[in-house]
Amino acid sequence: MTTTVERSAGSGQTQPAPRRRPKRSPLAKREDRAGWLFISPWVIGFVVFTAGPMIASLVLSFTDYQMIQAPHAVGLDNYRQLFDDPRVLKSLSNTFVYAAMFVPLGTIFALALAMMLQRVGKAGGFFRTAFYLPEMTPAVAAGAMFLLLLNGQQGLINKVLGWFGINGPNWTADPNWLKPSLAIVSLWTVGGTVIIYLAALNGVPKQLYEAAELDGAGPVTRFFRITVPMISGALFFTVITHTIAAMQMFDQAYTMFYGPQQKATASDESLVYMVYLFQNAFQFFKMGFASAMAWLLFVIIMLITFIQVRIGNRYVYYHGDR
Amino acid sequence: MTVPWRRLPFFVLLALATLAFVYPLVWLVSASLKPRSQVFDNRLIPEIFQPSNYVKVWDAAPVLRWLLNSLTVGFMAAATVTLSSALVAFGFAYFRFRGRNIAFGILLSTMMLPGAVTMIPVYLIWNKLGMIDTQIPLWAQNLFGSAFYVFLLRQFFLGIPRELFEAARVDGCGYFSLFRRIAFPLCKPALVIVFVFEFKASWSDLLKPLIYLQTPDYFTMPRGLKQIIDSFALSGHYEWEIAIAASVLAVAPMIVLFAFGQRYILDGVATTAQKG
Repeated sequence: MTTTVERSAGSGQTQPAPRRRPKRSPLAKREDRAGWLFISPWVIGFVVFTAGPMIASLVLSFTDYQMIQAPHAVGLDNYRQLFDDPRVLKSLSNTFVYAAMFVPLGTIFALALAMMLQRVGKAGGFFRTAFYLPEMTPAVAAGAMFLLLLNGQQGLINKVLGWFGINGPNWTADPNWLKPSLAIVSLWTVGGTVIIYLAALNGVPKQLYEAAELDGAGPVTRFFRITVPMISGALFFTVITHTIAAMQMFDQAYTMFYGPQQKATASDESLVYMVYLFQNAFQFFKMGFASAMAWLLFVIIMLITFIQVRIGNRYVYYHGDR
Repeated sequence: MTVPWRRLPFFVLLALATLAFVYPLVWLVSASLKPRSQVFDNRLIPEIFQPSNYVKVWDAAPVLRWLLNSLTVGFMAAATVTLSSALVAFGFAYFRFRGRNIAFGILLSTMMLPGAVTMIPVYLIWNKLGMIDTQIPLWAQNLFGSAFYVFLLRQFFLGIPRELFEAARVDGCGYFSLFRRIAFPLCKPALVIVFVFEFKASWSDLLKPLIYLQTPDYFTMPRGLKQIIDSFALSGHYEWEIAIAASVLAVAPMIVLFAFGQRYILDGVATTAQKG
């Protein structure tokens, strides 16, 4: 319908027609009004809480604004400072490391569970429920709980590892194990993804597997040649959303490792980007600098998503109903 | 239930996975009933039952207030976002109005926007309006719908046969009645999904309460729980049994919600990705 509008707008001036564009019927005009009326809540919200703030945050990112005085322009200073501040770079690399652990592991783990669920057929309902249960747990509660479960000396996880003769690390205290600790908590809440994959797996036509089996394809071939391509849409969707979410991880890290007690002495190994951004904005009140951090995050997420979409489009198979 | 022997290994693996997913919560409940010295004994059934941990939480912190705050905020957030997103979604699904495609394209692109980009100016807006340390900023933005839910509900509205609407129009139904009498009731399952998702998101959120709330009496449950944990760190006195009991209180309402809405929630999760 945009094409009609464009065509009529373009040709309207040159033709000696009495009207600028073909008159929309009163009914169509009513529909225009009604449509905009219905979407007006979102339009208002978009202007006031998205577009406006985006512009404001871009402007702020070029200022020094500590809330007590009006912001004053500092040009590119904040952006220069981003690359001079070791904690920005540290938090960024921490975030990448965490995402690089969680996204692939989460995908593989969830897919393995979904494939097992599919095998057990009807009984899958019970497991589906059990797997989703952790997703109902608020991140703060999950964080508090895992602080205890991952406790180096007495925690349950190290006790279980001990049965297998593994001497578990001091998860929440050893700087090297803080990010794996965060990834473990995230893996615990991967049940929603299992359910998404299960739905995708159930949508794969059985005949494909039967035909492949007749052709002598083994399970590995069937997995890589049928299962993965046929559910690539769901895989792609979850990889993108997991990556975006991982880049913005906050609740867990902040619950487990940050708070008013956090002094400069503590390790920066758990400092994820959003935590440092939050600290800058709402603890140090460096609103301009935090805005610059937000825009850097935005650009990074856009870049990663763009790359993922470019790669994805080459491999993702969409079913006919798209 | 007969288990064919070939499937047995899968059941064993699944049972182990189930244990990994469910056991931490069982552990949490059991630990909440133990004395502090035995939190780490990892027994399933506490050796000494100490339900008084819950009384301790009660005395140490205004947990009832926090729970009520979370309920109120969660309900307001979920109810407003469901209604407004449904209205907007119906607008996009039913009407063929000028500029629709452009508007919808913008809506879709906002789904990718990281919250950090708007977080600071939005805080400054609420600050200007004098709403800091009130619960209004925790839900009021939901009055304007949310892109993801609009997208989701639009797919459901598009699934309603257009003839139904046409017939109602012929019978003299106004646009708003189409929404209220046909679209809204027919999409009840989808609306329940949106409501539950948003309630859960609001219940779990820590960032917004951290930014906007200062007075402990206004805290939501996660913010309060964080406060409890922080107070240990500050005092050096780790009363874990209190934190554990408070964690159970933070999780329990969600589990109850899940128990009632299980079908809807699980099917909802499965369909959201398919629609997306």
